[in-house]
Amino acid sequence: MNDTATALRIRPMDAADLATTSTTGPGAIAMRDLNFYYGKAHALKNVNMTVPTHAVTAIIGPSGCGKSTLLRTINRIYELYPEQYATGEIVIDGRNVLERRYPLSDLRRLVGMVFQKPTPFPSSIRSNVAFALSYYEKLSKSELNDRIEDALRQAALWDEVKDKLNQSALGLSGGQQQRLCIARTIAVKPEILLLDEATSALDPISTAKVEELIHELRERFTIVTVTHNMQQAARISQRTAFFHLGELIEFGKTSDIFTNPHEQRTRDYITGRYG
Amino acid sequence: MQQTREHTLKAFDQDLERLRALISQMGGFAEHAIGESMRCLVQRDLEGAEQVILDDKKLDALEIETEKRAVQIIALRAPMAGDLRDVVAALKISGVVERIGDYAKNIAKRVPLLENMGKIEPLSLLPEMARIATEMVHDVLDAFLERDAEAAVRVCQRDSLVDDFYDSIFRTLLTHMMENPQSIGQSAHLLFVAKNLERVGDHATNIAEMVYYAATGVHMTDRPGKSGS
Repeated sequence: MNDTATALRIRPMDAADLATTSTTGPGAIAMRDLNFYYGKAHALKNVNMTVPTHAVTAIIGPSGCGKSTLLRTINRIYELYPEQYATGEIVIDGRNVLERRYPLSDLRRLVGMVFQKPTPFPSSIRSNVAFALSYYEKLSKSELNDRIEDALRQAALWDEVKDKLNQSALGLSGGQQQRLCIARTIAVKPEILLLDEATSALDPISTAKVEELIHELRERFTIVTVTHNMQQAARISQRTAFFHLGELIEFGKTSDIFTNPHEQRTRDYITGRYG
Repeated sequence: MQQTREHTLKAFDQDLERLRALISQMGGFAEHAIGESMRCLVQRDLEGAEQVILDDKKLDALEIETEKRAVQIIALRAPMAGDLRDVVAALKISGVVERIGDYAKNIAKRVPLLENMGKIEPLSLLPEMARIATEMVHDVLDAFLERDAEAAVRVCQRDSLVDDFYDSIFRTLLTHMMENPQSIGQSAHLLFVAKNLERVGDHATNIAEMVYYAATGVHMTDRPGKSGS
């Protein structure tokens, strides 16, 4: 920034959003020489990046670029499939979570994930949120109720469901179901939230509500969101990573990536010159 | 400079091309208007001057059209990165070119007031000053079409030449006024003409800064290798 801007105290538009973010605090995700394989297919190639805390990082790129694979790697969902494996490190809070001896249940608690289609359990709204809470913590009935209310409030759903907590979650609208899934995820107080196309099955109004929710949640979590919707990435994230054919091409401030990307492949992709 | 490939959506390319074509057309009108207004001034062509004034409406209409299309592209195509910078630049440039047209109109309006003007020294300097200012407008709009940041920098560097002309004409006219108090009115008109041309150069410089940012994503004042700021 030049001297005049400094003298006028003109701050960058995203200054407030970036003020509290950190690449070393609890919940930062440091990937080092990360590779991922589906059998012989090399899906992530030598990825090195640190996802900062208290910010939304959007992962964008064409189909098959490794976006979803990256999320699957962070929470080790891939272990369900024997031919899939990762090499390199993902360090969270000083520990490499890819190590076999890192307990999967600890990782699940540290890292919550929300998927493209809402996946509520076919049970009441209350038990959807209570399920994981009761699994991880011994809570009295009143403590449990407090935590359920707290999670639903954080997910901006409380006012809409407080009078029908015992009704089936399947009776909620798609957008409400997705916010319930977010409430369920944050109830156990994870540090990291992974969102895989979390709004692509929602109508524009529900999408806007979830986006607003993500914006509020970023103050408390490290959020990584994968999306095909570049406008959404631009709207909700502070950092953007562009992947292409399994490689991290460019990673930077969202405001830079969408106004002045440095790599030709990023430029072509975000301006609609591909394929 | 950087956008070499076509958009996957061909209609988007067409929209951007039409926007560029509009800016190009506006530039052509503005250059012509300045050239014509100066010719009319020198040759005392009252009818020609009247035409320059009437033609300014075309520039106004083109500016409105450019604004409409730019807003439409932003709304419908959601341009990003270099495309977005181009559209925003086109929007701003159209306003500046329209302003340049206003200066030409202003010069043309003075033609009837200078009808009985005698031989004044600056009258020989003004056309050359106008030529350089017009050339700057021409070259900077070419730089926009070509996304040529270096050409934009070169246009800026020429602005001091126009400023030198202005200083020189200012001094000459001042001397002329003192020596010929009976023609102070005419000299004052010529001084305004010179000032208008000087402003045209300034506006070409402003456009050059817009072109530089559109082409590179960096403001000209922050450009690498620039000494001081």
